[in-house]
Amino acid sequence: MIDKAGMLMGFLGGALIGLAATLYFVATGRTAGVSGILGGALGRDREARGERIAFLAGLVGVGLLTAVVSSPAVANPYPLPLLVVAGVLVGFGTRLGGGCTSGHGVCGISRFSIASLIATATFIAAGAATVAIAHRLLASGVAP
Amino acid sequence: MKGRTIGALVAGALFGVGLVVSGMTDPRNVIGFLDFSGHWNPRLVAVMAGAVGVHASLLALLGRAPRLRRIRPLLDRKRRIDGALVAGAAIFGVGWGLSGYCPGPALVSLGFGVRTAVAFVAAMIAGVVAAGLIRKRGRTPTGGCEMP
Repeated sequence: MIDKAGMLMGFLGGALIGLAATLYFVATGRTAGVSGILGGALGRDREARGERIAFLAGLVGVGLLTAVVSSPAVANPYPLPLLVVAGVLVGFGTRLGGGCTSGHGVCGISRFSIASLIATATFIAAGAATVAIAHRLLASGVAP
Repeated sequence: MKGRTIGALVAGALFGVGLVVSGMTDPRNVIGFLDFSGHWNPRLVAVMAGAVGVHASLLALLGRAPRLRRIRPLLDRKRRIDGALVAGAAIFGVGWGLSGYCPGPALVSLGFGVRTAVAFVAAMIAGVVAAGLIRKRGRTPTGGCEMP
């Protein structure tokens, strides 16, 4: 049974993301990849730091506003130590690979980059394998 | 504030609204997509279709606009396909599968004030800094930072 309302919201939200990526590109001439913007904001290149910080502030600001007007408080169901390990892997991996779901997945594929297509296929495959192994371990009682 | 800074701020906010509306800030939707064994959740496919559909169409239109010819060549700059690309994507995928967070939704969830997101983002920043330090040593040929 497919959740039709969920799929529609997904598509509409995705369209907004596509619009946002275009706006960022037109305004700054850069790719709207969240990991790249974060890396740039933390890096030594001071010239474009302001606009990167502005993008990140918009992203975090929307979270703050959402929490004020509604209760999205979607807590992550995974244990904290696991999330810390995952966070390091996500930060390191996206910078080594030059992009994440937005940079490679949305922007790269939109401009028909083969590298981005390869990266996207790789992180989806690695993610799926990780979930499959984690479920196996949970079922056998090895992991918490 | 300069025009491009305001543009970046609005783009970030719009991006965040898109992530909230699409349900991608809920890690269960992401884990559900990566879980091909049981009740597969296809919502991320709809999100990608909407995002790529709109972005690719708008870029194609912009490519024809004379005023934007200046930034047009940036679209054609493509990232090199090498070991770092694949290894980085694989490492990211493992972290993504363990948490259900990629950088965008994690930062919006930081705004939610969710404790787990605060810990995740702190760890993610450490990972970004570590990758930067390794690159500075010049051992890893990572190349294009924001140009996939």
